[in-house]
Amino acid sequence: MSAVVDNHGHAGERGKDGHAHGHGDHHGGYGGVMRWITTTNHKDIGTLYLWFSFINFMVGGVMAMAIRLELFSPGIQFFNPDLFNQFTTMHGLIMVFGAIMPAFVGFANWQIPMMIGAPDMAFARLNNWSFWILPFAASLLVISFFTPGGAPGVGWTLYAPLTVQMGVGMDLTIFAVHLLGMSSILGSINIITTILNMRAPGMTLMRMPLFVWTWLITAYLLVAAMPVLAGAVTMSLTDRHFGTSFFNAAGGGDPVLYQHIFWFFGHPEVYIIALPAFGVVSQVIPAFSRKPLFGYASMVYATSAIAILSFIVWAHHMYTVGMPVTGQLFFMYATTLIAVPTGVKVFNWVATMWKGSLSFETPMLFAIGFLFLFTLGGFTGLVLSLVPIDIQLHDTYYVVAHFHYVMVAGALFSAFAGVYFWLPKWTGRMYDETLGKWHFWLTMIFFNMIFFVQHFLGLAGMPRRIPDYPLMFETWNKISSIGAFGFGLTQLLFLYIILKAIKSGEKAPEKPWEGADSLEWTHLPTPVPYHSFETPPNLK
Amino acid sequence: MAKKYSRSIATLALALTAAAAAVLTSGAAMAIEWNLQPAGSKLAEDIHGLHEYVMILCTAIFVGVFGFMFYSVYAHRKSKGHKAAQFHENTTIEILWTVIPAVILVVIAWPTTKTVIAQKDTSNPDLTIKVTGYQWKWGYDYVKGEGEGISFISTMSTPREQIEGKAPKGEHYLLEVDNELVVPIGKKVRILTTAADVIHSWWVPAFGAKQDAVPGFIRDLWFKAEKTGTFRSQCVELCGKEHGFMPIVVKVVPQEEYTKWVGERMKLIAAAADDPTKQYTLDELKKRGEQVYAKNCVVCHQATGKGTPPVFPPLDGSKVVLGPKEAQIASVLNGVVKDGKPTAMVAFGPQLNDTELAAVVTFTRNNWGNKTGDAIQPAEVKALRKK
Repeated sequence: MSAVVDNHGHAGERGKDGHAHGHGDHHGGYGGVMRWITTTNHKDIGTLYLWFSFINFMVGGVMAMAIRLELFSPGIQFFNPDLFNQFTTMHGLIMVFGAIMPAFVGFANWQIPMMIGAPDMAFARLNNWSFWILPFAASLLVISFFTPGGAPGVGWTLYAPLTVQMGVGMDLTIFAVHLLGMSSILGSINIITTILNMRAPGMTLMRMPLFVWTWLITAYLLVAAMPVLAGAVTMSLTDRHFGTSFFNAAGGGDPVLYQHIFWFFGHPEVYIIALPAFGVVSQVIPAFSRKPLFGYASMVYATSAIAILSFIVWAHHMYTVGMPVTGQLFFMYATTLIAVPTGVKVFNWVATMWKGSLSFETPMLFAIGFLFLFTLGGFTGLVLSLVPIDIQLHDTYYVVAHFHYVMVAGALFSAFAGVYFWLPKWTGRMYDETLGKWHFWLTMIFFNMIFFVQHFLGLAGMPRRIPDYPLMFETWNKISSIGAFGFGLTQLLFLYIILKAIKSGEKAPEKPWEGADSLEWTHLPTPVPYHSFETPPNLK
Repeated sequence: MAKKYSRSIATLALALTAAAAAVLTSGAAMAIEWNLQPAGSKLAEDIHGLHEYVMILCTAIFVGVFGFMFYSVYAHRKSKGHKAAQFHENTTIEILWTVIPAVILVVIAWPTTKTVIAQKDTSNPDLTIKVTGYQWKWGYDYVKGEGEGISFISTMSTPREQIEGKAPKGEHYLLEVDNELVVPIGKKVRILTTAADVIHSWWVPAFGAKQDAVPGFIRDLWFKAEKTGTFRSQCVELCGKEHGFMPIVVKVVPQEEYTKWVGERMKLIAAAADDPTKQYTLDELKKRGEQVYAKNCVVCHQATGKGTPPVFPPLDGSKVVLGPKEAQIASVLNGVVKDGKPTAMVAFGPQLNDTELAAVVTFTRNNWGNKTGDAIQPAEVKALRKK
């Protein structure tokens, strides 16, 4: 990641520290902080996204620790219920919009141009702006804690009409969501344009690495879904301040309308997060199986099918709001259908490993961890898609467990796999394999310690978003909290591994993973130069 | 280098795992909940059956798929010298693994659909009860059937000291209320849900009955209890600060006992009806007002009257409380609307009678540092209520 700093130095200091880089003067003449503020280079911007994501991962993680600390024992120990609600809200928003989404945009920035043989993203300046909106948005979220009334304590879904009761922190959050949405839309337009227009000669759509495919589809989902969220929060804003009654029955509105609009964004959002994760795993598993992906075409079709289905299942988050039986049945059938293309993907990954020549370096371990736990999360998703069971489990810890299997064991594990996989390519240095394996196993064990037991809590009837709980839930909550502390500490190890690799890691061989076969591995030196594919490779 | 770290990391990991194991073994003494709560109705039983059926199917598929994967992890590894086969794509197998899951889904959907339809059928109830979610308590109104006219508010009865760790926690910590919802066994009960402020959600796991309570709208659900006993649960939709503290307790009793309970309730209603024309002394009002305050006001405005500003303002020294009594009564009656939007101060008019309102307003005007000496009579509230 930021080894780019070391390798490429600063244009101004190049002569001084004696590093001779043939490409040093391509930084646009700026050094230091200005290089990062003004950069239009897809690799620099990718690096910015990834570090931004990691910082948010830490901030959101601290909030998760606070939540688990309060839930370690029954009773109110550390945080009053108001602050507890603020933590759950901001943990969700920061992790989804600040940590997971930017992480995959970071991968997209680094990888898409290199994987399709393009010199950079299509709109380089726009790319800079897409990133630099984010720190402002994230700051608004954090600042809201320090406003009168604190951050909103309404849950990351920001359900009306509870939002109307919140203080000015709610408005900051709404503006933050606007900014985050803008950043995502701009980034997506850039990604779509890059993929459709800047592929090297011979890089047909059906030859693109699967990671590029999943991002192409994800970018379309973002362009379609983010404006819907912006609309929902804007309506909340006008309900709060300008006398409208979109979500207020007394004025002819309906609180449930908010939920419909939110989840029309919210369900595609799940796949906005999951699809790029599928993409990373689809690069890693074939590389360490030394065998091509089993069904490339069917993977592309399955991804598209998931994307389309994701727009007609939103109300499965709302079975208990009181909808007609036909509505419940439609959304149930549509939701269960998603299991088919998702199954196709899982079978494809397993079939790719079948009769391969497997080795288990850290990226592969995380990819297998992803495959195993994401599938588990998929099955609990199937359980929750069934109306009668969902009515029993809705808004309990079962749901919390389910979506953390998808978001953490799905997206986060895949992001870890991606970082370990591409770090040698990006920086020219290897990470410490032993420590990497430790990171995987500890993450794996603690993750399950936190979340597996939460299935039991949900089944037994513990509601989510409560700061205190009846005594019968104590044992599992204690185990979950211990797991959370372990999980949090383990991620400091991850930071150490990355910093160590960047600073003093062994020099990476020209091709660190023998099975990797996309363009960045086959056509570019290690580490990749600051500017790559200034003339496109001919792949015809 | 790495080895040195490995040891300290391993120590830390072991310590945390040991801590978890210790919790588990100490927890083994008390009951550990693994599964859905025991069913108290046929519907809940159907849901449990469905859950088990789906879990067995899912587990079988999971074990099958990952059996393949782990066999591959075991047998097809490079370190064993396994050479990679280069096959890919096989139309037959790809069609199979699309069609078979689709068929399994139909097998799951069939029994599920039957339960969905049964769950939605709220027709022909024996008893209809309206449930209203308030921040943060439940209101119950028996609107049709035996007991029609009974109406009460159900508030958590766990003392604050237990929550704050100043007293040992009781058996039904957070799951106990002052007034339980009482229903007869074997009767179809239709629950109408609504809310006064924000969305709440009413749930009794043992009956497989959950329905959001949406302000301004009425939704419904039904259950038919097949076991007597007390069934406990909590609000399950985040509704603000005290969301974790509004339990739902349903007591299922035999028919005769229910009839007896209805009779007692009716007598109680007649006896407890405050005479709104009666004149009370300041001390009487203050004493009554303190009880009303403790039940309705204390979570926001606090026992100290200091509130938790800015959302929940202080009453001690408040301009409204020390100002004209009509204005204060009106804000308690009708709630406070600021800049055209409702605030956390909801209308207590529908929840409290004239005497209770007069008492609580008197209490706030003559407690802490507030010393107005006003004794508000129920008649004054009644007069303002009409406006």
